[in-house]
Amino acid sequence: MPAVLIEDVHKSYGKLEVLKGVSLSVETGQVVALIGRSGSGKSTMLRCINGLEAFQSGRIEVAGHVVDQDPKHLRALRKDVGIVFQSYNLFPHLTVGQNIMLSPRITKNVPQAEALALAKDVLAQVGLSDKFDSYPDNLSGGQQQRVAIARSLAMQPKVMLFDEVTSALDPELTGEVLLVMEKLAKGGMTMILVTHEMSFARNVANTTVFMHQGKIWEQGPSKQLFAAPQTPELQGFVKAGAQD
Amino acid sequence: MTTFGWPEALFLFRAAGWTLLLTAIAFLIGGLLGGVLAIMRLSRIRIVRRIAATYILVIQSIPVLMVLFMSYYGLSLFGVELPPFLAASASLAIYVSAYLAEIWRGSIESVPFQQWEASASLAHSPAQTYRHVILPQAVRISLPPTVGFLVQLVKNTSIVSVVGFVELARAGQLVNNATFDSFRVFGLVALIYFAICFPLSRLSRHLEKVMNASRPH
Repeated sequence: MPAVLIEDVHKSYGKLEVLKGVSLSVETGQVVALIGRSGSGKSTMLRCINGLEAFQSGRIEVAGHVVDQDPKHLRALRKDVGIVFQSYNLFPHLTVGQNIMLSPRITKNVPQAEALALAKDVLAQVGLSDKFDSYPDNLSGGQQQRVAIARSLAMQPKVMLFDEVTSALDPELTGEVLLVMEKLAKGGMTMILVTHEMSFARNVANTTVFMHQGKIWEQGPSKQLFAAPQTPELQGFVKAGAQD
Repeated sequence: MTTFGWPEALFLFRAAGWTLLLTAIAFLIGGLLGGVLAIMRLSRIRIVRRIAATYILVIQSIPVLMVLFMSYYGLSLFGVELPPFLAASASLAIYVSAYLAEIWRGSIESVPFQQWEASASLAHSPAQTYRHVILPQAVRISLPPTVGFLVQLVKNTSIVSVVGFVELARAGQLVNNATFDSFRVFGLVALIYFAICFPLSRLSRHLEKVMNASRPH
């Protein structure tokens, strides 16, 4: 059974239809990159997967949970599905360690000692062991984003979602975050990422999905998709990206 | 006619104690009520929001004096005789609750929306989100305006003198009626109010600076 199964999802804001029947299947351990222009619906699609956005019709099943808007179901779902945002969204009043330990402590009743060990472990994974007692405001953007990834990892998710996680970062800080994500991918994490980093999509994602006007316009193995885009829209998009 | 001396001054100081006590009680009870109202104002359930909004609107739209008259004289028409101290504390608490509710609602709303999203995405319940993520940040934001409001409250307690409760302002009137030494009597009364309010005002300004310095965004 796939880790994520999306079937004919439609979503509109009032009269504006932003997802016009999206279907996608992601196997366990796969890395899928969602690319496309702003307004193509890729971020909305990603946010539907963990229930941050409600959708009008269709069906999403992720890590064995059917996504609906029932608060209890959503909490159960979100224990298994992590998300990392463009703006990091760390809790500014808590230290890095507290940011990471909070959710396992309060949602899974993980004992303090165990939560501490877990926090140190995930912080080591993102290469920030020495920042345990720092406050988010004292970290660089790249470090904050790596902490956000660690915070998500501490919930031991089965699927991780990344919503343009490097878009707010300077080019030099982007690299350190992408490196952490690449390591995760190689470790077998199931990942769906919305990204503007074309080379990352090409080199790390198994599958790349090009969204256009609320639909999946074209998808395929990443290297093949970038080497030989079929539709004129993707051809234009790839070409514009290459000029950056 | 007596002259204004130590016994009169002591009388004023004791009355200042009542002003402080009244302030403390009104602030505590009003604060508890205001906290509940602030959360109600932000509820997802429309009727709960409406009830809190209506209460706040009504209380903010009528003078505290009217609330006081209603609870002291109004209730006595129905045979309920509230002692002046009780009527005074209750009226001030009602007044405080409506204002603190709005200050705190604003503070909660000024915590960035993304904090709610991040918290919910980590499987926190709404109650956990409030307790561990939103309120700790909202409290920091709310401290300067809350202390600022406390200064207003200290001065506004003088209004309860109209139902015969002897707090600082009323004590000043009584001493003045006996001594006719208006300048010294009210000078001392003003000085006592100042001694209470000035440190609080400074604290409010200090908190504002500290909070801004520690929150760059």
